[in-house]
Amino acid sequence: METEVTRMQAEDYSLFYGQFKALNKINIKIPANRVTAFIGPSGCGKSTFLRSFNRMNDLIPSVTTTGTVYLDGKDVGKQDVVELRRKVGMVFQRPNPFPKSIFDNVAYGPRLHGTKNKSDLAVLVEKSLRRSALWDEVKDDLQKSGMSLSGGQQQRLCIARAIAVNPEVILMDEPASALDPVATLKIEELMNELKNKYTIAIVTHNMQQAGRVSDYTAFMLTDENRSGNLIEFGATKQIFTTPSDSRTEDYISGRFG
Amino acid sequence: MNKRMLTQNAAFGMFWLAGIVAVLIMAFVVGYIFVKGFPGISLDFFTTSPRGGLSGDGGIYSTVVTTFYMIVVTLTFATPLGVGAAIYLTEYSANTENKVVRKLVTVARFGVETLAGVPSIVFGLFGYALFVSALNFGFSILSASLAGACLIIPVIIRTTEEALKSVPSGYREGSLALGANRWETTWKVVLPAAFRGISTGILLSAGRIVSETAIFFVTLGGSYRVPHSLMSGGRTMALHVYYLAMETRAFDKAMSTAAVLVGLIIVMNLTINMITSKIAAK
Repeated sequence: METEVTRMQAEDYSLFYGQFKALNKINIKIPANRVTAFIGPSGCGKSTFLRSFNRMNDLIPSVTTTGTVYLDGKDVGKQDVVELRRKVGMVFQRPNPFPKSIFDNVAYGPRLHGTKNKSDLAVLVEKSLRRSALWDEVKDDLQKSGMSLSGGQQQRLCIARAIAVNPEVILMDEPASALDPVATLKIEELMNELKNKYTIAIVTHNMQQAGRVSDYTAFMLTDENRSGNLIEFGATKQIFTTPSDSRTEDYISGRFG
Repeated sequence: MNKRMLTQNAAFGMFWLAGIVAVLIMAFVVGYIFVKGFPGISLDFFTTSPRGGLSGDGGIYSTVVTTFYMIVVTLTFATPLGVGAAIYLTEYSANTENKVVRKLVTVARFGVETLAGVPSIVFGLFGYALFVSALNFGFSILSASLAGACLIIPVIIRTTEEALKSVPSGYREGSLALGANRWETTWKVVLPAAFRGISTGILLSAGRIVSETAIFFVTLGGSYRVPHSLMSGGRTMALHVYYLAMETRAFDKAMSTAAVLVGLIIVMNLTINMITSKIAAK
């Protein structure tokens, strides 16, 4: 782990909803071009923490934070949020394509960030759809509504949409929890491909999934104040076979959660 | 059959009866107007203006024109204001922590609810006092449209708010996560997704303008001539029905005009149904 390049980092990061402390002093270094999985029981703050990397928590007025989150060594709180979100893409739990054509869904981000030229957009859309392993299924009719695709295809469309703005990091918030096993497998295979170019952080409830797709695993748990803490972080193999914290072992062996 | 089944059947029987009676009453009213009104409807009826006076001679041409003007001008005032207010209330103010803004929004919401229940003649009086007299617009399409806009803005705000709220929050999150700001998200994703719902609300308010009388009685003047500018007075079809029935001997013409009016409303409602059923199909 010492040899890895750090892409994102949190330093003594705490997050509050009003008075309630949802995340307690989290310290973590997320390595570049790896898949890092966040596991833990519901309500332990995994999703909230994930949303700190692209500042989606900014949208909730009562949220305040202490400590720092870094992208490439720079404080994300001090960056332009538009540029930050271009660099840190996100895929959500429920596939959320816009009610627009497949083409317009993928082109949405690039258009926002200033790509107007039609042929440039067409190249970008094809590249993104190929990378998200959706191209072969949709190439014949890119004008079809994104909503008409199956759930798994919709989720890959959302991945293509995130890729299209050329991010460095892709955050995935339980990306397969609304999908059937076959579609889930496709997304997992895709993550394996994507980590060559992108840094991926995924929140999952499914421990087998974390075991299959991730290189590193972070285990989170709430303390007696219901605040989310990072209990253990390390190589997935190590976390799953020889966890150093007994709580991690209890969770992974299915004793609670 | 046991007692519970009997109770159920009796209750359903009552509901069924109530439903039938309600539909019958409506069918009777519409049917009566159509039967009485249709004989008087001809091409001439649409293309000649009323001649005025006690006889009630002439057609409804100028009132159709006035009604059309009223719809267009009123919606021109009310749509941007109503839709804009609704966007502010749902898309922007919801996320503020500013206590003053939150208070203002609560007051605005309460205001909208209240205004939606105020009798239209009150808006008429207000329009008369402000637009006709104080601002000296006189009895005119301008005065009447401004008063009419006050009447329908609450309707547009409420229907637009509902339409915006029905847009899944996932669309907004998806757009924001791609680096769009709130405005880009609203303009490029939320509004297109809510378009049908919003247009339904606007059509509903257009129907309101077509069917309203009290408010225009005190702001539009009632001239039976074809209006030639915003400052002209006029009478809408609904107002014309009132004048024909109360101030002329041509009760049959009132019936014919009413039939045209009902026909227009039915067409508008069918359009709304078409739009909303397409939403449901999506």
